[in-house]
Amino acid sequence: MRKSITFYGLTFSLPMLVWQALFFLAPLLFLIALSFWSVRNFRMEPDFNPDNWTRMLGRAVFWQAYLRTFLLSASAAVITSILAFPCAYAIAFKLSETARRWAIFLMVIPFFTSYLVRVYSWQIFLSDNGIFNALFAQVGIGPFGMLNSSFGVMIGYLTLSFPLVVLLQLFSLVFVDKTLIEAAHNLHCGRLRTVFEVIVPSAKVGLVIAALFCFILTFGDFVSPLYLGGGDPPTLSILITDTTKSGQQWPRAAVIALTMIATLLAVAFAAVSFAYRERGR
Amino acid sequence: MNSFNSNRLIDWALKLYVLLSFGFIFAPIAASFVFSFNVDRFPSLPLGGFSMIWYEAVWADPLIWEGLRNTLIAGVVVSALATAIGFGAAYTDFRYKFFGKSVYMALALLPPTIPVVILGLAMLAFLSNISLSGAIYSVIIAHVVMCAPFAMAICRLRLSQMDPSLEAAAWNLGASEWMAMRHVIIPFCKPAIFAALFITMAVSFDEFAVAWFVSGLNETLPVKVLGFLQGQVSPRINVIGTFVFIASMTLVVLAQILLMRRSGTPATTSAAAPADIGVVTP
Repeated sequence: MRKSITFYGLTFSLPMLVWQALFFLAPLLFLIALSFWSVRNFRMEPDFNPDNWTRMLGRAVFWQAYLRTFLLSASAAVITSILAFPCAYAIAFKLSETARRWAIFLMVIPFFTSYLVRVYSWQIFLSDNGIFNALFAQVGIGPFGMLNSSFGVMIGYLTLSFPLVVLLQLFSLVFVDKTLIEAAHNLHCGRLRTVFEVIVPSAKVGLVIAALFCFILTFGDFVSPLYLGGGDPPTLSILITDTTKSGQQWPRAAVIALTMIATLLAVAFAAVSFAYRERGR
Repeated sequence: MNSFNSNRLIDWALKLYVLLSFGFIFAPIAASFVFSFNVDRFPSLPLGGFSMIWYEAVWADPLIWEGLRNTLIAGVVVSALATAIGFGAAYTDFRYKFFGKSVYMALALLPPTIPVVILGLAMLAFLSNISLSGAIYSVIIAHVVMCAPFAMAICRLRLSQMDPSLEAAAWNLGASEWMAMRHVIIPFCKPAIFAALFITMAVSFDEFAVAWFVSGLNETLPVKVLGFLQGQVSPRINVIGTFVFIASMTLVVLAQILLMRRSGTPATTSAAAPADIGVVTP
């Protein structure tokens, strides 16, 4: 392995660096500058004006949206993790090698297929005259208003994050030391107790990372809260799209975006330090 | 493994749960397909008659053709650029050690963890500030940022199955670095490169949020769908959805088959792409 910089090496390494610096890092940094710009006569002007920050952060609407978004995403992280775990557990421990391959194969597909259309499709199931209420009517209950509620949002969030959470959990479960599980069995540790005291702690890092990814994905999603949750009260991501699309108030949208990034960084940091904390402390 | 301590009832319940999970995941996709042939405007049970009218409506809509054209142009260019960039970064990680490599890798892998609304806003503000927004190339610029990490993860996984001494052997036999790349590395990575082309095309094909922010009047197909969603109920979304599902599923399945066939650890290789990004988050 030679260490000197060569034309050959740069040919392969530079494109990524240049592209991401120019079109990923620069836009994010520009967002910081933009949040201090001012808007006069519907035109944005470069400025160093903390007005956007004080005005946005001083609004009750903003903090209500913030709290709502945070709670929704935190609930999504918990609910998705709980619902995904039995699935990941079963795929990891109860399926044959071939069946596991198929399960993973199928789990990867939804990650890359249109989330937008799937959310629209959920409207067909959840609406007042939709599939679910038609089925409920068959057994004489309902109709239930499932659309435009937190329940609807949660279904959308599950659609978005469930496959990814299962996969991430699965990869941590596959690496759990099988001899530990056998040892627990030999010592007459009950089934559930084995799961909670042997398997979950050994797979903890992966499980926390999976929940974190669910939080990140749902925190920034505006489709489910808008089309399954009704958009009112808004979440932060809805506030961003509204503020951006309704004129030249981009600096204020930038304030919201930066608050979200700060929150995500804090949550990611907390989750990772929790994941790697030694047990029993 | 733990057959001496398994309860058949629990095992069956767990397997049933896996089936239900897949039911939940694929129900919306199936519903979209079924209702695209339904004659009623408002979807409900029992189904109305079988009909192709929504397909005809979509077929006759010039706006949809325009969106499809933009999507295809963007998809092809994005997949080529993102795969080239991603392969380069994967090879860099495979072969070189250098100061600041962790920063380089973070920059290469972080984009998918940034929420799309934030990325969209940042791209729109930045690109319009340098007069690059509102065109197909704005979508291409943004999508390459989002897709290159996937291409990089796929290529990197393939490279990690290669014995590093293979390249060194080629040099010892008199090959230049370029020749070793051409005759050793690229042939070895070929399935991963094609898989990366397919996956990145699928990602670009389905991406609506950032495209919505930066595309201006040159809307891609998913952005058109977003527009439909904001309007009235229309089964045309089911038609487009069916088409989009078939297209991206084909791409993802092809990619997975490519990655499964020749690598030692099937299926997990391709599935590790999203997971791999998780490993490097701070």
